[in-house]
Amino acid sequence: MDFKVILSIATFVLILAVLYLVYRVTTISGAIKGSSRKIDNKINAFLFPVFLVVMFGLAFWYNPIAAKNYLPEAACDTGVETDKMFWITIYIISTVVVITHILLLTFPYFYQYKEGRKAKYFPDNNTLEIGWTIAPAIVLAGLIAYGWSTWTKITGPAPEKSNELEIMGFQFAWKVRYPGKDGKFGKYYFRNIQAGNDFGLNLDDKNNFDDFIPNEIHLPVGQPVKFNIRARDVLHSVFLPHFRQKMDAVPGMPTSLWFTPLYTTAEMRKRTGNPQFNYELACTEVCGKGHYSMRYIVVVDTPEDYKKWYESSTSWLTDNDDIVKQINPELRKFIPNYTPKEEVKQEVQVEVPSDSTSVVSLKD
Amino acid sequence: MAHLEHTAVHGHDVHDEHHEEHHELSFIRKYIFSEDHKVIGKQFLITGLIWAVIGGTLSMIFRLQLGLPNADLEWLRPILGEWITPDHKLSQEFYLALVTMHGTIMVFFVLTAGLSGTFSNFLIPLQIGARDMASGFLNMLSYWFFFVSGVLMFISLFIETGPASGGWVIYPPLSAVQEAMPGSGLGMTLWLCAMALFIISSLLGGINYITTIINLRTKGMTFDRLPLTIWAFFLTAIIGVLSFPVLLSAALLLIFDRSFGTSFFLSDIYINGHALDHVGGSPILFQHLFWFLGHPEVYIVLLPALGITSEIISTNSRKPIFGYKAMIGSMIGITFLSFIVWAHHMFVTGMNPFLGSIFMLLTLIIAVPSAVKAFNYITTLWQGNLIFTPGMLFSIGLVSVFISGGVTGIILGNAALDVHLHDTYFVVAHFHLVMGSASFFGFMAGVYHWFPKMFGRMMDERLGYVHFWMTFVGVYLVFFPMHYQGIAGFPRRYYTYTVYNAFNSFHDLEAFISIAAFITFGAQFIFGFNFFYSIFKGRPASSNPWRSNTLEWTTPLHPGHGNWVGEIPTVYRWPYDYSKPGAEDDFIPQTVPYSQTASSNTEHDAELLKNEQSH
Repeated sequence: MDFKVILSIATFVLILAVLYLVYRVTTISGAIKGSSRKIDNKINAFLFPVFLVVMFGLAFWYNPIAAKNYLPEAACDTGVETDKMFWITIYIISTVVVITHILLLTFPYFYQYKEGRKAKYFPDNNTLEIGWTIAPAIVLAGLIAYGWSTWTKITGPAPEKSNELEIMGFQFAWKVRYPGKDGKFGKYYFRNIQAGNDFGLNLDDKNNFDDFIPNEIHLPVGQPVKFNIRARDVLHSVFLPHFRQKMDAVPGMPTSLWFTPLYTTAEMRKRTGNPQFNYELACTEVCGKGHYSMRYIVVVDTPEDYKKWYESSTSWLTDNDDIVKQINPELRKFIPNYTPKEEVKQEVQVEVPSDSTSVVSLKD
Repeated sequence: MAHLEHTAVHGHDVHDEHHEEHHELSFIRKYIFSEDHKVIGKQFLITGLIWAVIGGTLSMIFRLQLGLPNADLEWLRPILGEWITPDHKLSQEFYLALVTMHGTIMVFFVLTAGLSGTFSNFLIPLQIGARDMASGFLNMLSYWFFFVSGVLMFISLFIETGPASGGWVIYPPLSAVQEAMPGSGLGMTLWLCAMALFIISSLLGGINYITTIINLRTKGMTFDRLPLTIWAFFLTAIIGVLSFPVLLSAALLLIFDRSFGTSFFLSDIYINGHALDHVGGSPILFQHLFWFLGHPEVYIVLLPALGITSEIISTNSRKPIFGYKAMIGSMIGITFLSFIVWAHHMFVTGMNPFLGSIFMLLTLIIAVPSAVKAFNYITTLWQGNLIFTPGMLFSIGLVSVFISGGVTGIILGNAALDVHLHDTYFVVAHFHLVMGSASFFGFMAGVYHWFPKMFGRMMDERLGYVHFWMTFVGVYLVFFPMHYQGIAGFPRRYYTYTVYNAFNSFHDLEAFISIAAFITFGAQFIFGFNFFYSIFKGRPASSNPWRSNTLEWTTPLHPGHGNWVGEIPTVYRWPYDYSKPGAEDDFIPQTVPYSQTASSNTEHDAELLKNEQSH
């Protein structure tokens, strides 16, 4: 339906309701007679159980419909565990809500005002109080223990042989760096950032030279992966909904998360029956105008495909001549596939003294 | 104290009628720069209601964007001007400004000042038997600091770069670096100045409430005879006095970072093509400081609502509140715990995971006193003789949203589950029910219940019923479905969800929520009409229309300066002697001595009677 139509219908209904009520109040604003007050009390008493039935009915009717829009099954090991814990907790608290609401919303009907009846004088009862202090305490103690052990597992140190990558949030996108063939991330400093060097990588650290910066994240299935997370300008948050993972990206304070993907993208396409399916990465810490648009694609490969992809990726310095010419010529031999160009060499010898540290001032 | 004697003298001539021009106080001293707690309470109330309309309207605008994303919003251009883009949509920056200001206004101006400010001011002296607050002058200052704070915040809505837009939590660096978004410029400066004034207002009020409750209780009004409303206001004020200064420090340090080049919260920032000079600060430090207030703030808005509800449910059930001491105990427990759970807002900030474990433990413990309160409310209804005044309806509604919104806290407080749900609509659903709706219901319950004491007239009950049922159904239709979106991972503060395959769903539900929100918001104007109409034209009230026990109903219909004519009544009993066996009537006001109620005295009462007579 056209939204304008919906909107105008809603407005219309609203105006009608208000007009009716204004009419009512002007006609009945005098003293409400005793009898009509009694009727009002009965109506209100009756509406509570009606509310109970209708609202729970709506919720139970809609639950399976909503479930169609939920995320597919968790695609990592800890995600499977937290999903299970989530639904267990949901069943516990739903039971509490249903029971308390049956009491809360039927009592008004059963104990509505009746003339001549006297309410029960029941100011306290220690047994009851102790009972309903201890009962929730026991249930909560169980949930705390369960949650604590899972939390410890999720946030424990990543296995040493994890596949690592670095992800950096900025307004309004992500950039990802892999450590390259040496498996080592070189150092970075925020003042090094310039065109062609978005990560601010140190140009005197040869571990940086083989790092590569792809356009999407690739992860190997069945192996632990570790995200080293940072932000360049304001807070962001790495959210991987399909893996049930989240960690803030903080300028000046590196954070991390790790997990083990369970299904490749291809497998997940089959499981969900959606040939377009992709793992996605979103930002969940408000970061400005484009907060909602920081989508990034995550591809989970078979270990073989991952290896092939990893090895075929080329260093960020490939065809990045502006940066290369700032690198100390002595170190350039460490750049993968580097072929010296005569004119570049001369230029650099003028600009960068041989004892230069790599910190390149951006302001000059 | 000299002031009190002064007010006592004036007590005589004020009770006859309003509008007495012959009164010594000028109009300005009486209604504008008033030092009378009742007038100040009404000032907070009406200002709070105006802010509620503004805060609500802002949410209606962003619900338009969320629910009807294809709608042509050109018709809003006369109001919003350039915030409507050339293609007739809401600007993305303004969307964030809307959610930010909606949150700020609702949390601080409506539910802190509007709720606590109104009822603490109005009820404390009336229910403890005092002529006025300990310091009427500070009390007046408290309102006017709040007023000026509101003026600044209001102005910020109209400046060219827009109001603060980084979320109501104003996390730096987004809020600190002006280049990060337009709202972090002048809008943020005004926000911080407004909040600094607001905190001063809140502290002046809080100190006054605490002092008054400790020092100015009438004879016989021991702490174990205080109505639960007063206990709630007392504990709320203590929370505020201890935690608001921490927010002030956070705000001041942020002002330094923004304007004086310090680096408390900033480090390693590269933005707009250049690196900033700030190094060594921590954005996480701000979050600790913010939430050290931010979490207790939840209880600052909730406890008064719970106190009000206790009073109203007991009165209209014609039954003593069940577990009076357990209610006090659980409120004290909540107060204490509210200070040591703040970091559950920060499980995924990179904080040490062990710290996360401790905060998970402490957070889930707070569910125990909350559960006790809920069970006590339900037991109070059991075997009562329930009279459904609008105040009673909203109180029962409060218990409902308090439970259904509160239980999801058990999920969000569990760090392992919070990883997925943090900053999703699940959180939005949770706090809008347990904090937003519950406190709002308490607010409304209080207004309906004490309106006769405030204005000497009754509000229209039937309009109240319609208002309640539309609101009760409405808040569930609006906020409950957000749980579904949250489970599906929908992040908060998103302008649109169509960018993602994962979140490109629930379009019908979004539209449904928006329409439900429009209708629910519309229903509040029924209340608005009823409120203002009844102030002038409402049915005149009797002096104790709900047949209640508490002291405020022993004052004249229009209590003047000093509240009671002649001596302040003495209190002999607790406030919940409803339907006491052997008693003639189904209520025994606190001012009735045991010596007059021989037929209903219990063994324990007989001892109290001895004490009474020996004095």
